[in-house]
This record gives sequence, structure tokens and C-alpha cells, in this order.
Amino acid sequence: MSLERRSIFFDLTRVEVLANGHVLPESARCVQCGICSYNCPLGLDVRAYAWRGEPIFDSTCLTCGQCVARCPRGVLTFAPLTNG
Amino acid sequence: MAANYVIVGSGVAGIAAAEVLRARAPGASITIVSEDPDGYYSRPGLAYYLSGEIPEKHLFLRSKADFRALGIHWLHAQATQIDVAGHRLILADKRSLAYDKLLIATGARAAAPDFPGGDLDGVFTLDTLKDAKRLVRKANKSGQAVVVGGGITALELAEGLHACGVNVHYLLRGARYWANVLDAEESELVEAYLRGDEIEIHYHARVRQALGKRGKLYAVETDSGEIIPCQILAVAIGTRPHLDLARTAGITIDRGILTDSCLRTSAPDILAAGDVAQVHDDSTGRASLDTLWPTARAHGEAAANTMLGTPTPYHRVVAMNVTLLAGIPTTIIGALGSGSDEDLVAIARGDSENWRTAAPTWVVVERHEVNRIRLMLGDRTITGALVMGDQTLSRPLQRLIAAKADISPIRDALLADDHAVLQLIATFSAEWERNHAATT
Repeated sequence: MSLERRSIFFDLTRVEVLANGHVLPESARCVQCGICSYNCPLGLDVRAYAWRGEPIFDSTCLTCGQCVARCPRGVLTFAPLTNG
Repeated sequence: MAANYVIVGSGVAGIAAAEVLRARAPGASITIVSEDPDGYYSRPGLAYYLSGEIPEKHLFLRSKADFRALGIHWLHAQATQIDVAGHRLILADKRSLAYDKLLIATGARAAAPDFPGGDLDGVFTLDTLKDAKRLVRKANKSGQAVVVGGGITALELAEGLHACGVNVHYLLRGARYWANVLDAEESELVEAYLRGDEIEIHYHARVRQALGKRGKLYAVETDSGEIIPCQILAVAIGTRPHLDLARTAGITIDRGILTDSCLRTSAPDILAAGDVAQVHDDSTGRASLDTLWPTARAHGEAAANTMLGTPTPYHRVVAMNVTLLAGIPTTIIGALGSGSDEDLVAIARGDSENWRTAAPTWVVVERHEVNRIRLMLGDRTITGALVMGDQTLSRPLQRLIAAKADISPIRDALLADDHAVLQLIATFSAEWERNHAATT
């Protein structure tokens, strides 16, 4: 599956993301429009994480990148998991 | 006795304040008074509702039940007056609410059309979900629309109407789009995209009047005498803070409600936050207006802490907006332009007065077919940046600008070679972040 490269910052490869990445929001950019939650294939409320500024730590997150690619404001990025 | 907090307005500033109040004062009474029957939803999200990217129900951020669960009273009512000495908020139906601290977060309203015929059926502005729903209903039975105005909202209206299948004419009063923030090439990128969508742009075109029959719009007449038949005229010529409540209460106002850095107004125990507040910045000595969502949220949170007895200044961060301008991802950071824009009579939504405070300065532009980066360079710092298309550098630039990072080591190189800008910034930023992390 290829992802649309739009307002996203792919600094990790797909394999790295699947292995040890997660989605990280930057709440200062977010306007809570809800495009992320609406497009999540698993129905995760990504927007609520973005409001709290918390990484999407949900065991069901596929890191499929739909939310990252579709966010019109570049709020979401893939980031490597840190220890702890 | 538990404290009694009343908030007027249900936008992000009011809700952010209510959440902080509830978290820090579990026993307090918190009431939100809102004129908007739809409650709390994402205002910026209305653009994506218009374009069909999200359904209506996804705009809502908290339900009435969520507020009940938080113990926040929700009152759908219009607040008309404040009894400042008696500490009471008076509603249109003559009821009144006692408060210990009152937060005015009434936001801004679209400026009314400034031409004859602006009150005809078919003339729209975009403030609320109700406006957006009416516009979509109307668009579904309309063939042609005229959009006038500037800034982000005008584009969102043009594209939203286009997405609804309406033939759109976009009237610009000047020679190009958003002339006081974008440079000529950036405007052209946006205009080319609109033309690609078959939106017809009319330059140097001003509405002389909206023409109607039996109160219903049928055409727009421009000042050159051209008649453009249309069933919709969408107007986005700026927003004005909603000041009625503050004005009748005798609170000091300028363009917005003037507050100190901790969001306190001239009246005791009354604060203001969000688009309605013109907040004093202790570092610059100025008070300016922002119509940005993150600013409104930060105002609300600082105001709540001040209400709780811990005077908390709102720290102005670098004004920044990330948005789609005609489909092109665009980040606007810091001071970029100056002067005024003929298409706006007041501040647009998603705008900051601080973007137009650019001092005469060097400008560096990295050109690419679609992607574009413009940097405003001060003596030792980057003072502003506009990133269109690829957003790889928007985050590093945001950090460097906010931190007023000393870019002297690469300043000459930036000015010497436009093509090296991307690499220079990427390398410098990586090194700056490493040093920054080491020293903090």
C-alpha cells in the first residue's frame, strides 16, 4: 500500500514504523476538525489524543498512516518509540 | 463555599477554560452560557464539512452528556448584560446568574457585507454550523455562486461551493490573493490551483451591489458594471470580535476586549479569552488580536488558572497557522508581510495581526515547481517563514523562529544561494537541536 505524500513528514521508512513507531500529535497545530478520527479504519479517536497532546498508544493502532496522511494541518507524524 | 464560575461562549477558549476549572476545582460550580444551539464543535472543521470531507456528526467534540459527566452546566441562552457591581450575568429572558468570576469568550463574528443588498436571501457569511448547513442546503439547489473576500475563509467557501457542484466566481478587489501575507508568487500558486478547479477569478472587482427580486438574490453587480447571475453570494471580508456584552458593561475595549497578560479585563472578576480578547503582551508592550484556534485554547487555559487565583500570563508563542490554501499545505510562521489587504475589512479567521509586523528585511526564497519556502531574515535570526507544499522543514523552522535561534553561521550562505536553503536549514536545524538538547 502506498501512502499519499502530502502534509506529512516521512522521516522513517514504512518498515521502521511498523516495527517500532507510533503516531505522535502536535496539539499546537490541531484544530480538532476530526478528519483523523473519521478516517481511522479502526475507529480510534485520534482527535482526542491530539487534544491531550498524547501519542496514540493503542494496541489496535495499525500505524497504517491514514490519519497522518489525511490531516490537513500536519499535526500527526510517525515517531520512534522511546524507551519507557 | 464553592466558587461559582460562569463562562459566556462555547468555542474552544470557553471549553478549554471549563476543563481546566473542573480539573483544578472539583467542587466548583461551572456554567457555560452559549447562544449556539449546536454546542461545542470544531469551527475550523466547518471548511471540511463544506467540502464533504467529514460528515456533520464528526464535527462535535463533546456531547451534552460529556459536559454533564464533568458536572458542567450548559445553558442555551443569550447573555445581554453584566451587573458588574452585583456580580450577575443577565440573560435575554431576564433571568440572571450570580458569578464569582466571569469569563467572556464570545468569539468573533463575520463582518457584515459592506455593499447594498447584503441582507438579501442568498447572501451568506460563515460563522457557525448553522450557517454551514444552510449554505450546503442552498448549494445543492444552486447553479452559480459568487465569493468575495480574502484570507483562508474566502478560499474555503470557494472550494466548498465548488465541491458541492456549484460554478464559482471569486471576486478579488486587488491584483492578487491575500496580498499582505503572501508574496506574488505564492498568490499565483493559490490562484493557479483555483483556476485548475475551474473557479473563475475576477481581479480588481468590487461588488457595487447585490441584486434581488422579492428579497431574493439573483445577481451581483460589480463596480465595472458587470452582472454575474448567482443564487449564492458568500462573503468573507473579515471578522470582528463580538463586543456587545463587554460594551454594555462598560468594560474597556479597543478592537477587542482589552486584557492584561493574565486575561483580566478592566472590570473586577471579569476575564476575556479567545478571538474576542485583545491581550497585552508584556514583552512588546502591544495588545493584538489573533483568530487562531491554538491561541484561543491557550487563552482559555491561562484565564482559568487566573480565575482560580493563580494569575497566569498567556505567553504569546510565535503566531503560526497550518492550513490548506487551495489544496496546498501551507505553514505560516512569524512575521511575513505588512500593510493591509483590500479584500479584508477586518482580521480574517485563522489570522494573526503579528504576521503583518515584518520589518524591512532580507527575504530568501527557495523555488521549486510546487514547493516553496520563504524566509524572513533578521540580523541574527529568522523572523518569519512561509512553507508551501512539502512540509519537511516547517517544524524545524517553527522551532528556530520560536527560539529566536542565532543563525549567523549560515546567514551569509542563505543569502548567497537560494538553491542551498533547504540543505542549509536542515543541517543547521539538526545541529541546533543537538546543542539545544545538550544545554537544556
